Amino acid sequence: MSEPSLAIRKFSDLANPTRFLALVSTVWPWLAGLTLCLFAIGLYLSFTGLGDYQQGETVRIMYVHVPAAWLSMMCYTVMALSALGTLVWRHPLADVSAKAAAPIGACFTLVALITGSLWGKPMWGTWWVWDARLTSVFVLFLMYLGLIALNRAMDDPTRAAKVSAVLILVGFVNIPIIKFSVEWWNTLHQPASVIRMDGPTIDPAFLWPLLVMAIAFTMLFFTLHILAMRNEILRRRIAVLRRHAARSAGDAA
Amino acid sequence: MSHAFYVTASYVAAFAVTFGLVLWVWLDHRGRHRELQRLEAAGIRRRSARSEDAR
Repeated sequence: MSEPSLAIRKFSDLANPTRFLALVSTVWPWLAGLTLCLFAIGLYLSFTGLGDYQQGETVRIMYVHVPAAWLSMMCYTVMALSALGTLVWRHPLADVSAKAAAPIGACFTLVALITGSLWGKPMWGTWWVWDARLTSVFVLFLMYLGLIALNRAMDDPTRAAKVSAVLILVGFVNIPIIKFSVEWWNTLHQPASVIRMDGPTIDPAFLWPLLVMAIAFTMLFFTLHILAMRNEILRRRIAVLRRHAARSAGDAA
Repeated sequence: MSHAFYVTASYVAAFAVTFGLVLWVWLDHRGRHRELQRLEAAGIRRRSARSEDAR
């Protein structure tokens, strides 16, 4: 059997929620352990490294602010891929993935906003400005809250999945706006210094702790995402069982 | 306010939000798991679970 067809088969196997739950049970303790190890190394590097010659000790805020900001965008990208999975491939777990990712994305965005504000005050002299980067990230936060509210407001899960998927894909336009806002407009927020066409401009002494923390945050996201997906699958099973029980009670009466 | 205040506040806020998220995922799982067990104890089971038992 050729490799692509094997990959497709494995992907299709995951469409079975029972198989997915078995996989989560095996994988999550390893992912959680790896996440804890990476955070231990990342935090050690973050607090033992030197302060910046201009920003002083506040440069250490970067090690939580930047990974949280990256994850806020990555989480939405995962949701957009899941939305495609719902609308194009009708993968049974695609909607579960999008729904489970929304609260996690909202939390990472909140961390990015709070730590950004706490970094802005000593460096810019203000907690907040309505520049393009800060405003577009704030809009992302509101979009996460809107999607969570929408999913909770609609009773029919199939309809909620389709409406959410369309809204997620429409809202995805905000992700390139966030990324390029610092280049397209004059912003108080600095331009990108790590993910650039000409390579990172940040000193390796700051880059390594930042990368380790970014990987730790990414592992945290994947760990929480599969666990939240497991919870969502159980929630849907409970809803189905309750419906069956109500129908059986109705038939018996 | 010193720089230490802003650094500490940032890490405390990041930890608090992350801890809250982890706690929510854990409590949600515990709640759903118990609910599913209660339903199964009351004899309300999925068709696939019933067929597994019959095998």
